[in-house]
Amino acid sequence: MTKAISVAGLHKSFGRTHALDGLDLAVETGEVHGFLGPNGAGKSTTIRVLLGLLRPDSGGARVLGRDPWQDAVALHRRIAYVPGDVTLWRNLSGGEVIDLYGRLRGAGGLDRARRAELIERFELDPTKKGRTYSKGNRQKVALVAAFAADVDLLVLDEPTSGLDPLMEEVFRSCVEEARDRGRTVLLSSHILSEVEALCDRVSIVRKGRTVESGSLTELRHLTRTSVTAELAGPPNGLARLPGVHGFALQEAEGGPGGRVTFQVDTDKLDAVLRSLTESGVRSLTSTPPTLEELFLRHYTDEVAS
Amino acid sequence: MSLAGTGTLTRLALRRDRLMIPVWALVVGGMVASGAGSLEGLYGTAAERAELAASMTANSSMRALYGPVFGDSLGGLVAWRFGTFGAVLAAVASLIVVVRHTREEEETGRQEMLSAGAVGRRAPLTAALLAALGLNAAVALIVTAGLAGQGAAGALALGLAIGGTGMVFATAAALAAQFTESARLAKGLTAAALGLAFVLRAAGDAGTSDGSSVLTWLSPVGWAEHVRAFAGERWWVPALIVAAVLLQASAAYALAARRDVGAGFLATRPGPAEGRLATAGALAWRLQRGTLLGWSLGFLIGGLVFGGMVEGAADIVGNNERAREIFERMGGQSALTDAFLATMVSLFGMIAALYAVGSVLRPHGEETSGRAEPLLAGALGRLRWAAGHLVIAFGGSALILALAGLGLALSYGHDLGPVLGAALVQLPAVWALAGLAVLLWGALPRAAAAAWGAAGLCLALGWVGPALGLPQAVLDLSPFGHLPKLPGPAVDWPPVLVLTALAAALTAAGLAGLRRRDVTG
Repeated sequence: MTKAISVAGLHKSFGRTHALDGLDLAVETGEVHGFLGPNGAGKSTTIRVLLGLLRPDSGGARVLGRDPWQDAVALHRRIAYVPGDVTLWRNLSGGEVIDLYGRLRGAGGLDRARRAELIERFELDPTKKGRTYSKGNRQKVALVAAFAADVDLLVLDEPTSGLDPLMEEVFRSCVEEARDRGRTVLLSSHILSEVEALCDRVSIVRKGRTVESGSLTELRHLTRTSVTAELAGPPNGLARLPGVHGFALQEAEGGPGGRVTFQVDTDKLDAVLRSLTESGVRSLTSTPPTLEELFLRHYTDEVAS
Repeated sequence: MSLAGTGTLTRLALRRDRLMIPVWALVVGGMVASGAGSLEGLYGTAAERAELAASMTANSSMRALYGPVFGDSLGGLVAWRFGTFGAVLAAVASLIVVVRHTREEEETGRQEMLSAGAVGRRAPLTAALLAALGLNAAVALIVTAGLAGQGAAGALALGLAIGGTGMVFATAAALAAQFTESARLAKGLTAAALGLAFVLRAAGDAGTSDGSSVLTWLSPVGWAEHVRAFAGERWWVPALIVAAVLLQASAAYALAARRDVGAGFLATRPGPAEGRLATAGALAWRLQRGTLLGWSLGFLIGGLVFGGMVEGAADIVGNNERAREIFERMGGQSALTDAFLATMVSLFGMIAALYAVGSVLRPHGEETSGRAEPLLAGALGRLRWAAGHLVIAFGGSALILALAGLGLALSYGHDLGPVLGAALVQLPAVWALAGLAVLLWGALPRAAAAAWGAAGLCLALGWVGPALGLPQAVLDLSPFGHLPKLPGPAVDWPPVLVLTALAAALTAAGLAGLRRRDVTG
């Protein structure tokens, strides 16, 4: 597969703030790629570089095989963008704005049937003027304009902020349809269930760098499983096994065994389970890492290296 | 408790304007207060001042700009030369401050969060008016203190006249901010009222030489001259100003109490479900056409009003022997009407520069508000996006100046050609300032607002610069000073061509900068 987006060693400073500090990003054609990271990590800055709105200080970016700064206009005919905070002209109706975005891309504007269908699905009133829309409805204006466009790449920067759960469902089905049609989607989001449901692969950025990239399954391997077990015998040397963290033992009254709780690096799980069975397992619960735990680990300071 | 939170909101307003309010107060107050020193340098003796007073009162174009001279003491001349100017500037500053802290806060949605706190219904408006009051009190204080040497009573009267006019337009802006949902429109309406007030005063003063015209009494800008600072002060005129301020403020409060936060009295109608806008140019036109229509009407009406004064301008000299003598020396009937027309078109030109700068900076506002980002993320090049707005800015300035010329010629009954030419010869200077705005926006977007400063500086240099005794090198900074005085015997082409080339070069440099820089937002 060819790369829809490839970014290497991107640097961008605003005065003394280093927004991007050597960021890498690779998005395959036809995939839905999650773009995650804490607030201020540099996600929106990266997206604005990819759209040719910002010129990077150093590092290379290719979008659909072209330079986003040099070939901005030609590229943008094949890209639709939804910002996280949509601002509209106060005296233009939502319908006018949708058509304006469509026509500016050339090629006779939007597919009318598709536009009408999306307006219906998103339950948007296109006759209201910019000022009178709520936050969620302003998002819908931009979403309808983006999904109605016949483009190769959708760049969505926290697109569902302010949408209600029903509309969130509509959004998800629209992204899935886009993928089924072979489009590439770059989705920046803080809603983990959305990321889990939609994304083939994710990249996590922090402080302007990519700290992790891969499929969710791959990422899960990098984190820990929580284990609670009641043992018949003493937990021989379990606490000292590599990959075991936060070990705690609650000894049974009058017996050699007890109840142990600990976390284990998922790739060390096999060895740890062997050691457990040697002590005689009476009961065992193991919880795989939740997405929240996965991301919190990357968002806070202990960065997996 | 409808005033709860006023103190906090006032502090917020003063904190946000901690630079703007002192700078405005110092510039406005300082220019007026320094007038005595510079006029003393230019007209040192009583005889020279009496000569100036007589010739200026005899000259209708001078009366239209500054009003009649009521007293030929140094203080009287300062009040004449700087009074109207200071009053108009104080009014502009006041309307900006009031709209900024009322309608603009509501339009951006910031007011919603403030009003969700322990903030009374009347508090936002009160805080804005208090901020404006602080600004105008500072101006009045600087004027009074600076001119106290010329006579304390006159200095106080002039300070009250200028600060009072500021408050009249502060409360007018408060009223406008209740009616419309758009801060831009609220400022526009108040500025239009200020323009109308100025035109009424100018028309009244051009027609009579003793300030007795009913037109000047209809104009709040005229009230400032009716105070007669340094010429037998009329203390009941400041009382009239205070009454007008209180009346407008209570109307604004009454309206504010009857409406929702964020709403105006003009309801928003639904728009079309499907749009026809297809190009960046069409969008720019849609965004700017209302403003251009307002300026077009204003310039046409202004032209018609001033054109009607041309004939009277040369007749008014009347029976005053001394005035007749000066009148002959100035070149008699035709020279005087030409001078009047030249002064008027130059005034229109300097004001048109404000339109041009505002129009050029419109895409800058689109950029900082975040509305440009999705457009430029579409298949729209930056140059095409900018071009849509710039065509309107440059073409619009030509249109409004042509309309002013048309108005002048129509109501004066003069041949259209020379008057229209006189109006359009202002364009290179207007375009040069517009070009400067393009350059600032394109190359130094954070300093884009400095273009307003440049346009304001040119207006100030043209209006009161010579009376400030500034060196010629400073006066030459304004492109308007280099233009040929038309209607007149011959057109001096080189400055026209040089300024046009300069405008083109500045614009090109600005667009080159725009292509190279980051989109802000």
